[in-house]
Amino acid sequence: MSSQAISDTPEQIEGWDGVVDDFATEEEAFKQVPWGKSMMWIFLLSDTFIFSCFLIGYMAVRMTTTVPWPPASEIFALTIAGEHVPLLLIAIMTFILITSSGTMALAVNFGYRRDRKTTFWLMLVTALLGASFVGMQAFEWTKLITEEGIRPWGNEFGAAQFGATFFMITGFHGMHVTAGVIYLLVVAFRVRRGKYEHTDYEIVEITGLYWHFVDLVWVFIFAFYYLW
Amino acid sequence: MEHAEGQQHPLGVYFKIWGLLFVLSGLSYMVDFLEVQGYLRWTLIIVFMLLKAGLIISVFMHMMWERLALIYAILLPPLLLVTFIGLMAVEANYIFWTRLIFGASS
Repeated sequence: MSSQAISDTPEQIEGWDGVVDDFATEEEAFKQVPWGKSMMWIFLLSDTFIFSCFLIGYMAVRMTTTVPWPPASEIFALTIAGEHVPLLLIAIMTFILITSSGTMALAVNFGYRRDRKTTFWLMLVTALLGASFVGMQAFEWTKLITEEGIRPWGNEFGAAQFGATFFMITGFHGMHVTAGVIYLLVVAFRVRRGKYEHTDYEIVEITGLYWHFVDLVWVFIFAFYYLW
Repeated sequence: MEHAEGQQHPLGVYFKIWGLLFVLSGLSYMVDFLEVQGYLRWTLIIVFMLLKAGLIISVFMHMMWERLALIYAILLPPLLLVTFIGLMAVEANYIFWTRLIFGASS
């Protein structure tokens, strides 16, 4: 902190003493964090527990079943030009989501620069990538249901729990992505209209937090459901 | 002081992390593509997963630039999940052996 720090900014203690001080003062605990951002973080914390419950439930049923677990790598394979490629669609979906996280991070940056036009376009691209992710998921579900005959109560490849956990976990994640696309579009058009001109554009960062979280959950689903 | 004008960082940081996330995703995909099996597979999957999660949370979600009070408030509670996972693993193991011994077919 420079000596020319704004005079109405209170002196802030760093490190562990700072944590104690932040929580002990009779003001807000999270200093200089917009309230919307704290609330989004707390919401994401609760969402973490929801997704963890799903993944732990998946772990439990996968460990308890005495029937072999279906080969995920084979089931999610695509045949391109006669070539059998395992997990191809899932890999593409993963890269799309990471790309959208990147454009979102840039949107947050341009938001704080008050560059409305660039922020709008970056958020629009993020939303479109998100929508294409949901589209691919719809394709994946259709293929699984109609071609592979996987149902929540059973399938031909092995343990019946495969379908139940798959539709539950990816369905809930897909719902989050869909909600995120709508959220992104609403905020993007409001940014373009100049609705947030009186703020510091922390709304873009808050929207970004939600979007990065959706990407974060996918990292765990990809590791535990598709790769394990 | 950076917080005065929000979370403003050089763009290069984001591009670097973006690239790293692509590389890590590629590597975790290679684990499946090259059919690595057993403990090596599980270790690699978890290592790449945690690295990706760490990069997303700390840089893309700006956690590394937040005040320690917020970091602790958000990142400590999920540690409880470790206990939850442990409990459920013990329980699942018990159910698995019960099913094997008593010949249940699910």
